[in-house]
Amino acid sequence: MNTQFFAAWIQEIASAVRAQRDHLTQLDAAIGDADHGANLDRGFAAAGEALAGASPQTPGALLVLVGSTLIRKVGGASGPLYGTAFREMGKLLGDTAEVSPGRLADALNAALSGVQRLGAAAEGDKTMVDALAPAVRALARAVQEGLKTEEALDAAAAAAEEGAKATIPLQARKGRASYLGPRSVGHEDPGAASTALILGALRAAGSR
Amino acid sequence: MVGIVLISHSSGLAAEVAALARQIGGARVPLAAAGGTDDGGLGTSPDQVAAAIKDVDRGDGVVLIPDLGSSVLTARLLESPGSVVIADVPFVEGAISAVVAAGGGASLDGVLAAAEEAWHVRKL
Repeated sequence: MNTQFFAAWIQEIASAVRAQRDHLTQLDAAIGDADHGANLDRGFAAAGEALAGASPQTPGALLVLVGSTLIRKVGGASGPLYGTAFREMGKLLGDTAEVSPGRLADALNAALSGVQRLGAAAEGDKTMVDALAPAVRALARAVQEGLKTEEALDAAAAAAEEGAKATIPLQARKGRASYLGPRSVGHEDPGAASTALILGALRAAGSR
Repeated sequence: MVGIVLISHSSGLAAEVAALARQIGGARVPLAAAGGTDDGGLGTSPDQVAAAIKDVDRGDGVVLIPDLGSSVLTARLLESPGSVVIADVPFVEGAISAVVAAGGGASLDGVLAAAEEAWHVRKL
């Protein structure tokens, strides 16, 4: 997976977020402050513009630029969190020109660690970690089993979707939804839902 | 003198708490409010917070006081051990304690400790 692949990923995320913008906002309206769709839409649109302007030459540089743009432009808690995730991925990849699935799994693991360090969330807290952590595990397992890149990305996306749906019965322990206590039960976490979109976009970029 | 940055989702909230803390704690303390997004909405702007830190930094360190959620995450992105530190304190009470301590010439650790005392100040 080269720089072009990662640029395609960001494009796929931007169009998925735009298409699901209202859905994400509805999820957020139920247990948060109803800005998740709009915030991410603004952030990934800005990331696309930043990439068009700067034309980064490596996957690492591209991901760091996306992360820095998200931090500056999103405005809600997902800005620092997703921004850190993309920056950590980019930093781990360094100057590598061609990223193997194993290396991508390492990078996603670095993203997960960065998000957990910043947000202090564990699995089961009803956050984006509940989609990201299983995706990282699924990707690492697929790599170990020697699956093809497309199959490995498919496994990661499926695990993220499953993880996001599994947040529905959980009670939030982090973020704005945690103020609702038991009333947060019965709703899908918007951050986990957008993480599933982002992993779904990775699968879409892989099958382009 | 230690600088203080109040970070809130709301521009109005940050500005008014800063005004209150200034009135109680003294006008000499380098104090900045960084609230709301760049386009004036509710949220946090890392650019605004970074500019505020620069603005109040007199070389003795800066204490960041966030309200909640993305304010905390933004503060964490910009912290720098030993020079830019986060006070995990109630927003209003912590801000006032910190400004009073900074105005009295306390060190970075002293201002942080004073802000944290706000946890133990009961109203009744």
